[in-house]
Amino acid sequence: MNLFKLSWKYLTFRPLSTGLNVFLLALGLAIITVLLLIQDQFEKKMNQDAAGIDLVVGAKGSPLQLILAGVYHIDFPTGNIPMEEAQKLSRNRLVKNIIPMALGDNYLGFRIVGTNHDYPALYEAQLHSGVLWAKPFEVVLGAEVAEKAGYSVGDEFVGSHGISVGSHEHDANKFKVVGVLNRKGNVLDRLILTSVESIWYTHDEGSEVDVEDSTANHQEHQQMSLSDSVAVKGFPKTSESRDLTTLLIQYRNPMAAIQLPRLINSGTSMQAASPSFEMSRLFELLGVGITLLQGLAVVIIGISGLGIFIALFNSLKERKYDLAILRAIGASRAQLLLLIFLEGIMLTFMGAILGILLGHSFLSVIISQNEQGVVASLQPWVFLKQELWIVVYALVVGVLASVIPAFAAYQTSIAKQLTKA
Amino acid sequence: MLFESKNIEYKHPGQQKLIFPDISLEAGESLLVLGKSGSGKTTLLNLLAGLLNPETGEIKLLGKNLASLKGQELDLFRGKEIGIVFQKPHLLAALNVQENLQMAHFFGKKKGQNIKDLLGELGLATKAKSSVLTLSEGEAQRVSIARALANSPKLILADEPTSSLDDENTEKVINLLKTQAAKIGAALIIVTHDQRVKAHIPNFVEVKAA
Repeated sequence: MNLFKLSWKYLTFRPLSTGLNVFLLALGLAIITVLLLIQDQFEKKMNQDAAGIDLVVGAKGSPLQLILAGVYHIDFPTGNIPMEEAQKLSRNRLVKNIIPMALGDNYLGFRIVGTNHDYPALYEAQLHSGVLWAKPFEVVLGAEVAEKAGYSVGDEFVGSHGISVGSHEHDANKFKVVGVLNRKGNVLDRLILTSVESIWYTHDEGSEVDVEDSTANHQEHQQMSLSDSVAVKGFPKTSESRDLTTLLIQYRNPMAAIQLPRLINSGTSMQAASPSFEMSRLFELLGVGITLLQGLAVVIIGISGLGIFIALFNSLKERKYDLAILRAIGASRAQLLLLIFLEGIMLTFMGAILGILLGHSFLSVIISQNEQGVVASLQPWVFLKQELWIVVYALVVGVLASVIPAFAAYQTSIAKQLTKA
Repeated sequence: MLFESKNIEYKHPGQQKLIFPDISLEAGESLLVLGKSGSGKTTLLNLLAGLLNPETGEIKLLGKNLASLKGQELDLFRGKEIGIVFQKPHLLAALNVQENLQMAHFFGKKKGQNIKDLLGELGLATKAKSSVLTLSEGEAQRVSIARALANSPKLILADEPTSSLDDENTEKVINLLKTQAAKIGAALIIVTHDQRVKAHIPNFVEVKAA
């Protein structure tokens, strides 16, 4: 028998009251845990996905939308830009590297991105199996796509038009899987990479089949394009005037950060947006919501603290005899003080542990409900250092809630208590 | 002299001063404290246990003056050397019988008597693991006696231990207290107005309201 065990006995002697208080506290702490996890992983992810990209160029529209579509592949693209203009930009001496991208198709909701080999290189992506694409209609799958679709090297599938599920299918051309990327926990996991040419031809075939309705002609055309090799660096070669969707740009020097966006925004029909600037703007907007949720969590924790205080105080009234008896058999005032504090602390410690587990479980439920969004790539069972602070906060609540009851226990007069009978 | 009290006076706020008779006991001796209700019997018991401080006079156990012990020292001394049986059993409801007795060992910081043997001697061997809420009144009172004896104290104080018991249980409880006190060489003081107890212990002092 010791004080720990005695406190524990008293807590388990009132399972309902103890359970309710623990649960209420856990609920508040769970909200804080979820917020912490989301905030931490979102920011890390957002920064990781935007690493190495100084500027995104696309059709005029909302700059935030351009970033979300071009870098994170979560929003709709703003529109198309002519390739000549893009090529003109690539000759600018402020541009170190430029990666062209053509968007517009999906497979099972995973976006098909037409680009060159610089794009996977930007994220230092490694192949899990196979090789990178070299011919039209050859694709490389992100790890998550391969897992969800169950495809490996050699499989074929048909893409559908648009960037969300349910549009019409480009059944004329089959994409052939030539490689699968290793999982790195970044945006590439959810993408299907191919050449810009593949995207162009897909849409050519579609319209040609519709217009000409000639199988023979169509076959010829396809075979011709399939035998070509595609551009793995720079822009695809073409004699026709073609469109791209977005360009990812790396600056050559810091001067570019000042000059290039202005040059593009005022001098061309395109717009330029900086990922870091737009994301900090987005977090600022989201910040209001996060602050509100945090406030709510603090209120819940406050209420649970009050609940613990009331529970301890009420139980103390019933237990004044017990405390007097303990004094009579040799317990000191300090031991009784400790006993009450221990109860409050054990209660909140349980709440903290339950809250953290609850928070992680909430997150894993949220993630399992969102199979494709950015949320899907969050890790629910990653534990952060800040979660230790949650435990500390909880224990502070426990100590605060027990101060008055513990002091009352300290002051209990044994003789008075025992003779009241 | 194992236990001695001299010239004790105590005054409850707003009431008349109480003057108590002197007591001196050797090991194994028993004494009844008799008096009408309201005469200050329980106050005397609280004073002897060191739960209250007398205004004048001194109480000595094992040669130590209780008034000279402060705070934690007094609590520990009480836990080790004084066993108290209250009018009501006041067992800790959250614990079972055995754990209730273990608390005495823990707070008294003393090994004392083997709990199993003690419960056996008091006819409670089968109740060791029972919740104290399932005990009958007589059983509960015996457990509270076991708790008072657990640390082999040198002084056993009992406050109306038989007031809510029937004749049979009264006899049991008094015999238990007497034999146990004799066995561990403790002085026994029973505060009571119960006539049935007088038959067992001839030695007595009377407390009278002044």
